[in-house]
Amino acid sequence: MSRQYLIRRLLIMIPSLLGISLILFSVLALAPGDPFGELASNPAIPPEVAAALRAKFGLDDPVWTRYLHWINAMFHGDWGFSFNSRMDVDTLIMQRLPTTLIVIGAAQFLAIVVALPVGVLAATKPYSVFDQVANTLAFMGFSLPTFFTGLLLILLFSVKLEWLPIVYRADLNATGAQWYWEQFKQMIMPVTVLGLFQGASLVRYVRSAVLDVIKLDYVTTARSKGIGERAVIMKHVVRTALIPVVTLVALQLPIVFGGAIVTEQIFRVPGIGSLLIASMLSNDTPVVMAVTFVISILVVLFNFIADILYGWLDPRIAYR
Amino acid sequence: MNERELRGLIDKVKAGGMSRRTFVRRMAAVGLTAPLATQLLAFSGVAMAQPKSMYKPTKRGGGGLLKVLWWQGATLLNPHFAVGTKDQDGSRFFYEPLASWDADGNLKPVLAVSIPGREDGTLAPDGKSVTWKLKQGVTWHDGKPFTADDVVFTWEYAKNPATAATTNGTYKDVKVEKVDQYTVKVMFEKPTPFWADAFVSTRGMIIPKHLFADYSGDKSRDAPTNLKPIGTGPYKFKDFKPGDMVSGDINMNYHMDNRPYFDSFEMKGGGDAVSAARAVLQTGEFDFAWNMQVEDEILLRLEKGGKGRVSISPGGNIEHIQLNTTDPSVEVDGERSSLKTKHPTLSDPAVREALSMLVDKASVEKFIYGRTGNATANFVNNPEKFRSKTTKYEFNVDKAADLLEKAGWKKGSDGIREKGGKKLKFVFQTSINQPRQKTQAIVKQACQKAGIDIEVKAVTASVFFSSDVANPDTYTKFYCDLQMYTTTMTQPDPEVFMLQFRSDEAATKENKWQGRNITRWRNQEYDDIHKAATVEIDPVKRAAMLIKLNEMVVNDFVVIAVVARPAVQALSNKLVAQMSGWDNNTWDIQDWYKEA
Repeated sequence: MSRQYLIRRLLIMIPSLLGISLILFSVLALAPGDPFGELASNPAIPPEVAAALRAKFGLDDPVWTRYLHWINAMFHGDWGFSFNSRMDVDTLIMQRLPTTLIVIGAAQFLAIVVALPVGVLAATKPYSVFDQVANTLAFMGFSLPTFFTGLLLILLFSVKLEWLPIVYRADLNATGAQWYWEQFKQMIMPVTVLGLFQGASLVRYVRSAVLDVIKLDYVTTARSKGIGERAVIMKHVVRTALIPVVTLVALQLPIVFGGAIVTEQIFRVPGIGSLLIASMLSNDTPVVMAVTFVISILVVLFNFIADILYGWLDPRIAYR
Repeated sequence: MNERELRGLIDKVKAGGMSRRTFVRRMAAVGLTAPLATQLLAFSGVAMAQPKSMYKPTKRGGGGLLKVLWWQGATLLNPHFAVGTKDQDGSRFFYEPLASWDADGNLKPVLAVSIPGREDGTLAPDGKSVTWKLKQGVTWHDGKPFTADDVVFTWEYAKNPATAATTNGTYKDVKVEKVDQYTVKVMFEKPTPFWADAFVSTRGMIIPKHLFADYSGDKSRDAPTNLKPIGTGPYKFKDFKPGDMVSGDINMNYHMDNRPYFDSFEMKGGGDAVSAARAVLQTGEFDFAWNMQVEDEILLRLEKGGKGRVSISPGGNIEHIQLNTTDPSVEVDGERSSLKTKHPTLSDPAVREALSMLVDKASVEKFIYGRTGNATANFVNNPEKFRSKTTKYEFNVDKAADLLEKAGWKKGSDGIREKGGKKLKFVFQTSINQPRQKTQAIVKQACQKAGIDIEVKAVTASVFFSSDVANPDTYTKFYCDLQMYTTTMTQPDPEVFMLQFRSDEAATKENKWQGRNITRWRNQEYDDIHKAATVEIDPVKRAAMLIKLNEMVVNDFVVIAVVARPAVQALSNKLVAQMSGWDNNTWDIQDWYKEA
């Protein structure tokens, strides 16, 4: 991998991010709705108030001026402020980030921990009972939407059994072991729902990747050396088969930041996803813009990282 | 009801021949809200009833954590920036007004010593000023004393257009003067019978001068206190995450004895109404949930969980159908539904009356809203009801058909009535919301039987209720024949509310459809009476005028009321909290407690 290649890739990121921001901004500007619509429909609030706010927050300027303002402020590290809460956007995002990282991160972790062994095991014994069961469950897992499994779990564990809370609280008023226990209890359902949903598709991916490799000649050679099935799978098969899986996981990581809109809504997890949807519904453009733009940066960045990882894991792939 | 009858009633209350409660109820029947009715009495020298407090705890604190759920979380904690009830409710934990409205429309003093009245001269006989006496010894959460300066400052802050306070309308036309350290005088330009607006209720929360003085006007957004409220309320600010969580701890220096009961509170936001109901009624995880916009059938089922109950309190919300008086199909000078046009068929009074008979309100209540929507004949409220007591709304397809037949609307070969080549075909729009679509279907079916063709249309709420000038589907543009939504009376005084039928308020392209008269109904007599009412010195005369206005709108079928929608909240069985349809949900948060 040449240094030239790295620099070129990094430079290409700049125009693509600019393009993305431009598209995002124009789509938001074209979308119907008005952050102060609620003010206008309230007879007790004089129309001048909404007009003054619009003027104050620069909403009356043409779209391109607003865009230039925004991009300029962004370069200076100023993310703007939310129309809704008048709070700085970066503060808002930082408030939500820990919860998102904990919950969605744990779900991703669960997905990987479940999917890797199950996928590998299913592939080593294709069409066995275990494989069939794993396949069926995986199919069910990714066909059932999270809002359905979420409600199912709530009905079972919260309403019927009364074991787990249905509302996630970011500030638990407990300390020490009690805090960990409560945190664990409230995380079980959202993490399970999300983790199993993502794990299900990952299982199928791992399985087919391993199946592709397991038939190759070098695996047969390794087996004929008599080093034992376990060593063959772990050392020779999994290492090679995991190259595409690693890329896939790397590409999924931006999702950890973006949160999961539906699941967050069901369990009231105060993550980035619920911030995004609430801001969209109230036309809070600066927040929507910031969140989506950060997600795009991460996607572009992780694409880049995945490319590099690929070359590093598989030396046959050369970049020039 | 005319002025003389009204005076008769007031005298009866004065002489003790009629209870205040009956009077208030009678006033409601002619379109006057409970708060306005009690103010009428106060003006006529009948003292405002001081409701006995239901508060039982005998010491401050010890109640543990109060957990409440708003499925739209508070995003602002400055009550003068508050956009919806969620923000006002959240602010009310920390900030307080001088007085609040209870469920019966009585004023209850909070930061005031007593409610102004004629007897002690605090209410000027000419209706041009009101004097408030403030409680002494009240402190802000940071220990500074609360004085008249804070009240005067709140007025200066909110009336400044550069502050862009949402409460601006309440303060811009009044003058406030400090009489002494604990007395303020509110002065009106013209005699104002409804004097309890400034410093009262949702729009009257007092903010501390020492923390906001540097952030009045242009710099209003930069005030650190916007996000870390310091008020006089029962709870002190702890943490705030917009849209997610507002929390606070007990204020040990609170100015009312033995209050509050809870040691801390958490107001959680987000999610949806159904699961919020579930968290209170079924699993008992939370003590209170706001605004249960849930089908009654589901609420009833959840209540069987036995952990909580649903509280229903009447307010000023009414789901109604508007009839366009202008022609939505013709474009004049770049706008449809232009004032220069006249609706080809809806301009016929017979058609309007027939339509009013084709809305099956009883079924809408029974099958759609249940306890959460009560069938009503009245927009503000109907005079008929006052006279006869038996509510007079009628659902009668045959009678409607008969009426149309007599007016010359004959059925054509396709079963649709027509006259002079004009067919009775209407487009009926509303926002996307399941109960509304069901109501549309009920109306459509009845109309079909009577020979009227209805094309239903549903628009996403965020578009329908937006003020987007470029979008043709907003409710203010009203580019169709009929539309349905809930209108809210945000102030107990109907004067502003009734502006929506004045000619000069018609929504047009010229005013960017910001005018409040959406049906574009124009009536010279109505305009004259409304204008006269805004300057009428005599409160009783004025009340009679407002009743007359309501009568005109109802009798001309400008709108068809469908159901009155009370405020619906879910409470845990142990929680004791009074709800008021005229104030915040948290209007008496200092009195909330749990029974052992």
